[in-house]
Amino acid sequence: MTILVIAEHTNTALAPATLNTVAAAAKIGGDIHVLVAGSACGAAAEAAGKIAGVAKVLVADNAAFAYQLPENVAPLVAELGKGYSHILAAATSNGKNILPRVAAHLDVDQISEIIAVESADTFKRPIYAGNAIATVQSSAAIKVITVRATGFDPVAAEGGSAAVEAVGGAADAGKSAFVGEELAKSDRPELTAAKIVVSGGRGMQNGDNFKHLYALADKLGAAVGASRAAVDAGFVPNDMQVGQTGKIVAPQLYIAVGISGAIQHLAGMKDSKVIVAINKDEEAPIFQVADYGLVADLFEAIPELEKAI
Amino acid sequence: MKVLVAVKRVVDYNVKVRVKADNSGVDLANVKMSMNPFCEIAVEEAVRLKEKGVASEIVVVSIGPTTAQEQLRTALALGADRAILVESADELNSLAVAKLLKAVVDKEQPQLVILGKQAIDSDNNQTGQMLAALSGYAQGTFASKVEVAGDKVNVTREIDGGLQTVALNLPAIVTTDLRLNEPRYASLPNIMKAKKKPLETLSPADLGVSTGSTVKTLKVEAPATRSAGIKVKSVAELVEKLKNEAKVI
Repeated sequence: MTILVIAEHTNTALAPATLNTVAAAAKIGGDIHVLVAGSACGAAAEAAGKIAGVAKVLVADNAAFAYQLPENVAPLVAELGKGYSHILAAATSNGKNILPRVAAHLDVDQISEIIAVESADTFKRPIYAGNAIATVQSSAAIKVITVRATGFDPVAAEGGSAAVEAVGGAADAGKSAFVGEELAKSDRPELTAAKIVVSGGRGMQNGDNFKHLYALADKLGAAVGASRAAVDAGFVPNDMQVGQTGKIVAPQLYIAVGISGAIQHLAGMKDSKVIVAINKDEEAPIFQVADYGLVADLFEAIPELEKAI
Repeated sequence: MKVLVAVKRVVDYNVKVRVKADNSGVDLANVKMSMNPFCEIAVEEAVRLKEKGVASEIVVVSIGPTTAQEQLRTALALGADRAILVESADELNSLAVAKLLKAVVDKEQPQLVILGKQAIDSDNNQTGQMLAALSGYAQGTFASKVEVAGDKVNVTREIDGGLQTVALNLPAIVTTDLRLNEPRYASLPNIMKAKKKPLETLSPADLGVSTGSTVKTLKVEAPATRSAGIKVKSVAELVEKLKNEAKVI
């Protein structure tokens, strides 16, 4: 049994979610190979070779893979993946974009967002916004799986010394082109990797008021997230959304500020170790999952909290 | 140009589902069913393209039980021109659904297919991407903006780090994210008119597609529940608890 893990990376660096995906592969058991498909991605490949437990790194370095266009990357993964028992990718926006396309090329079902490995063919995954956990068994010849990072503790980024091998294969399919991107620039930790997350909801009233959360987050070394209501209202950009269809986070501490706690939001954060809710509505459902609840006006409580820490 | 929209009948997003006592699935008896929210956004986008004069005809398709006719009628009331139901009582995996949609695409030859990015029941987020692969089309997933320009469509996508824009050759597949638009409500006259719009029913066999699956669900359980903790009276008490009890700051 040999498992192919699709690396999540920026060409110059490996994304942390790759380490959680390798951890899921290690639970399945067998040799682990990592594919780094990108452009001028030598640094990412080198980092992949150092991951503990990785036997081999395949590098497909081609301008066509620079922006991870699925029309170009999926045929490559499908071609390389034919010899493997499992193909795994992180359930990031990139993994979700590419892997179903790979599964269809291989004519196999995909299992999305596993949170636990029961055996080499049996996995657990949340359904209905996490209100139910399904145990599913696959008899597919190649098991194509996306991995929810919060379900698996990352393996060590250092310690391995895998051989790095260049691979060729499919290139520009000529169906799509990258036009541009607007990436959020922040000095704060990445939302899905942060140890502490401070999130704001509709109760923040406007985007400007998020400055209170940024100030608190900077004091805590935390990332800042938001509920769907806050994103839909235009307070903050989409990449900050935590929830069923946004980012899934499980930090050591999650501070929900002015968030009522819709099930779709809870689906994205209820696996956090400690949850704090600050809301002036004492009936808000968020208090039902919070370890510590504070019924207060957030505009008084947040500056006070910032000072007290 | 012709636009095909796929919609799914799912449990209403306001319903908090319960797992059946025998762990065979979730209890859907007497539960309100609706059109998947992301599919509503897909229908709305198609209707807006028609209002702008970009789309000439909107065909809406659903794969599901007989009762999925309700969701197709809703889409017709929102502005779709005609509907196709591929009837299947069994719950199908995304690959089988994508194969059925591919057969409909072959038959209808749309220039653009719009789907929701994921259904809120199975939470798979697979069908659009699989349909794109099977059709050999480009895909613009998690779309927050769709602009048709000549023989291409520019799709702005919600990605983990922000937004990405790609240009796709038509025909293409688009899957919707939350910020693409705000769906309208159907007006009563349009609901009445929708009853007279054509709705064709097909079977997977009519489309020559076998819908087997290699994934079986062994059991469905309720998630570990979190119990409510305590209410603190002040910020000072909160900080004290976080420092000394939870030890997270």
